[in-house]
Amino acid sequence: MTTKRVLIADDEENIVVSLEFLLRRLGCDVSVARDGAEALRQAQATVPDLILLDVMMPGVSGYDVCQQLRADARFAGTRIVLLTAKGREAEIARGRALGADDYIVKPFSTRELSARIRALLGLGTV
Amino acid sequence: MQQPSRRSLSLAVLGLVGFGLFNYPLLSVVDGASGPLGAPALLIYLFAVWAALIGLTLWLRR
Amino acid sequence: MAATLTTLPAAQVLGVSLLYLGLLFVIALVVDRRAARGRSLIASPTVYALSLAVYCTSWTFFGSVGLAATQGIAFLPTYLGPALMALLWPVLLVKCLRIAKRERITTIADFIASRYGKRRGLAALVALICVVGVLPYLALQLKAVAASFTLLTTGRAEAHGGLFGDTALVIALVMAVFTMIFGTRHLDATERHEGLVAAIAFESVVKLCAFLAAGLFVVYALFDGAAALFAQAAQDARLQRLWSFEASVGGWFDWSLLILLSMAAITLLPRQFQVAVVENIDESQLARASWLFPLYLLLINLFVLPLACAGVLLLGDAVPADNYVLALPMQAGASWLALLVFIGGTSAATGMIIVETTALATMISNDLVLPGLLHRAPTADLGRWLLRIRRAAILIVVLLGYLYFRVAGEARSLVSIGLISFAAVAQLGPAFLGGLYWRAGTRAGAYAGLALGTLIWAWTLLVPSAAATGWLPAQWLSEGPLGIGLLRPQALFGLDQLSGIAHGVFWSLLLNTAAYVFVSLATRADAQESAQAALFVDALRRGAGEPAVALWRGGVALPELRALLDRILGAERGEAVLQDYRRRRGGTVDDNDPGLLQHVESALAGAIGSASARVLVASIAREAPLGVEDVMHILDETSQVMHYSRELAARTEELRQANQRLRELDRLKDDFISTVTHELRTPLTSIRAFSEILTDNPDLDAAERQRYLGIITRETERLTRLINEVLDFAKLEQGGGEWRLEPVALAEVVRDAANATAQLYVEAGIALDLEPIDARIRVRADRDRLQQVLLNLLGNAVKFAPRGLGRVQVSVTADARDACISVRDNGPGIAEEDQALIFEKFRQGGRQSGGPLTGKPQGTGLGLPISRHIVERLGGRIWVESRPGGGATFRFTVSLETGA
Repeated sequence: MTTKRVLIADDEENIVVSLEFLLRRLGCDVSVARDGAEALRQAQATVPDLILLDVMMPGVSGYDVCQQLRADARFAGTRIVLLTAKGREAEIARGRALGADDYIVKPFSTRELSARIRALLGLGTV
Repeated sequence: MQQPSRRSLSLAVLGLVGFGLFNYPLLSVVDGASGPLGAPALLIYLFAVWAALIGLTLWLRR
Repeated sequence: MAATLTTLPAAQVLGVSLLYLGLLFVIALVVDRRAARGRSLIASPTVYALSLAVYCTSWTFFGSVGLAATQGIAFLPTYLGPALMALLWPVLLVKCLRIAKRERITTIADFIASRYGKRRGLAALVALICVVGVLPYLALQLKAVAASFTLLTTGRAEAHGGLFGDTALVIALVMAVFTMIFGTRHLDATERHEGLVAAIAFESVVKLCAFLAAGLFVVYALFDGAAALFAQAAQDARLQRLWSFEASVGGWFDWSLLILLSMAAITLLPRQFQVAVVENIDESQLARASWLFPLYLLLINLFVLPLACAGVLLLGDAVPADNYVLALPMQAGASWLALLVFIGGTSAATGMIIVETTALATMISNDLVLPGLLHRAPTADLGRWLLRIRRAAILIVVLLGYLYFRVAGEARSLVSIGLISFAAVAQLGPAFLGGLYWRAGTRAGAYAGLALGTLIWAWTLLVPSAAATGWLPAQWLSEGPLGIGLLRPQALFGLDQLSGIAHGVFWSLLLNTAAYVFVSLATRADAQESAQAALFVDALRRGAGEPAVALWRGGVALPELRALLDRILGAERGEAVLQDYRRRRGGTVDDNDPGLLQHVESALAGAIGSASARVLVASIAREAPLGVEDVMHILDETSQVMHYSRELAARTEELRQANQRLRELDRLKDDFISTVTHELRTPLTSIRAFSEILTDNPDLDAAERQRYLGIITRETERLTRLINEVLDFAKLEQGGGEWRLEPVALAEVVRDAANATAQLYVEAGIALDLEPIDARIRVRADRDRLQQVLLNLLGNAVKFAPRGLGRVQVSVTADARDACISVRDNGPGIAEEDQALIFEKFRQGGRQSGGPLTGKPQGTGLGLPISRHIVERLGGRIWVESRPGGGATFRFTVSLETGA
């Protein structure tokens, strides 16, 4: 099994640190983007297996990034998980409609987050 | 809707003032005296006020 | 003193008179022809003002001088009243004009009857009062013409002497013919008589010129100017007493009453109503009339007293004082001037006769004769009959005037006859004025007032007249009828302090008004009456061009309607009326259209008067007229629809804005909550994540452990700050919290705030410049709150200044009252439309990229609203100066500490 490449896109430094820690523990190869535009650039460069995408970022929002990636056939196999601090039904539905695979509301349980990512990436239980 | 204009009302007020000027007690001030040209002061006064009212009307109508 | 008067041959005078009347015919004819071709001459406001001068009759022309010769300024109140009334025209007459045009009013009787529910009884009563009241006045004109003719041709003063006395009859008949031709050109009495009005205006010019000529001649040719004349008069005992008020009308109260009486007359006399209202073309004509008419009156009165003095000095008792104007030129041998004066006097008399008989004939035909005629269902073409009746009425009125003059007109002076007529028409005053301004005035009230007033008028003014000529026992005057002293006509109820005319006017108008008011209050108006009351009283609230309100219910079969129109107006006019309505309605006429009934009623009203029109239309209408409530309902609808629709539009707009504002607030509130939620969740996320990581990974090394614990601590602090901010804001919003106002050194506060944020600036690589602040600047403030404002502004600036290149400057200025603190950054700036918004609650700064949903908000967005609250509570103000791309400067003011 090859190492999964994961891109974290969030502008909150401390949240990025925690996510990085969790994904490394899962054995993923992690890269980080601080805003939407950077996330798009990095995604196109590396075509990651999974992207953790914060919805509220300066400039290009998580939704926009999601929509653009889903329009590109190269990212057909890329799993996209949206992160948001506004856990409303309407937003979750919007994320789904844009082609996100999962939706995680902040603050999240690290165990749940790890479990979901493992499921999405087809990783076995630790 | 179309109420009398400010100008119309000021003319009406001028009319009321005129009524006051044409009556006792102001008339008693000039009663009996002779005015310019030796005419009765009463008459001169009434004509003067009258002319002034006409002038004011014209001025208000500008 | 014996006076020798130069006379002129009767044939010559009669010839010139007839020539002059012929000229009037020509003028009237030409103007009527031009009007028929659509070129109106009388639309000129000057012509309108001159036609109003029909007020000045032979009473003015001959009688004023006669009165002045014995009573000094007593001749003036009659003209002061109208001069004052002219000033009220823009308010009063405009209202009458609106009503008359909309209701197609034809006479003063029609006007009053229409106001009180279009009843023929009331119209007939008013018409009767007018005819009876004005007849002596008509006779007066004939008397004046006859007297001046006799004087001019024989040098004798008798009014009628044998053959030539009947000059009056000749003149009367010629005038009747003139009026029959030019005063009844159209059946529709609301249509203007252009030729007639033009002739009247011309006559006004003639009489003014003639009178001024006489005045100038006497003062400058017979005397050496006014000063010389008055100097001579001052030597004469008969004249010197004229200088005092006492000689005039009896007392100050009489004087005021006479002014009021003439104010009523200028409005209510049938001929004045005719020229001022019925013949009016456009409201704008009033503007010039309101000064030109008083000016005309002033000019025609200018030489009255000089002529009177000259008459007394030169003629004395040789001729009656009423004839001085004519006799003075005759004595001086100036025959041409005497002839001109005679023509001027004839002008004054004939003008009055023409217009007065036109108005009276319309009243007689429409209000007295027609109601009887309608019931007999006469021949088809009633309209032609009506014109014949009107012409006959003219002849009858003129002849009645002549009869009155021959029988009773001898004894009294011109002015006293005229004043009795004035007093008669003044009886219409309460019902007229109340009708215009008092909605509660009822028909019963009008009847009561008119009847009682006229009765008192007859008793106090007619009976003494009749007694004086021997028609009634003279002891009625001295002892009262049947010896009842309280009922003495000239001292009613014991009141003997007033002169005859003032006495009559006082009692008749007082009791008239009282009866009108009290009976009105005691009775209820029916539907038709209430409707008319509303239409009259609120006339100005309806638009000028608004059509009459349809007060009918249901419709009428068209053939019946057509038959009615044809019967009254003739087939041609009848068709035109229907066509007119069709055109207005855009082609179709519906049987069941109440508007059609209204239109026909209004067309008929112009011909036969409102009361008869109402009766006729009611006779063919399918349904009963409306009840009071229906009528009020319709009126309320129509009178208020426009008012309300305007108001409604305004209210709707208000509501729309309020709604928008509420929605906006709602949205902002959602955004705010969403933002706060986001801001709270962000540190919570880190705290929970690292807590769990620390729990689940006991194998972490110490350094990593320390690092994560540090993050938890900082995020907890951030959370606390956020919560405090929200709480602070809530507290500020409610105006709570304790404030300690004290002198605060501004330099210290700024320095503390800068120190507190220094770390932020260092981390972001932004330079913070503090300009030196005068340590003596002390403001009155709560130190902690002031510091909070500064912290907010500095924190705000550091967020927006570009990292690395950023630069934030703080400076302080002070004037006499306030200190002004400025915080300036070189960030992206704020669009103008956002500059006020950023101080509002829930509002994230518009200079952020993206909206609240997608953009990353920096903080709760409460910093600026909190700052504004604080600054305003401290009595200062906060604002931002910026343009996009040019950075932003936040400024706020604080009051300087005074006293200390």
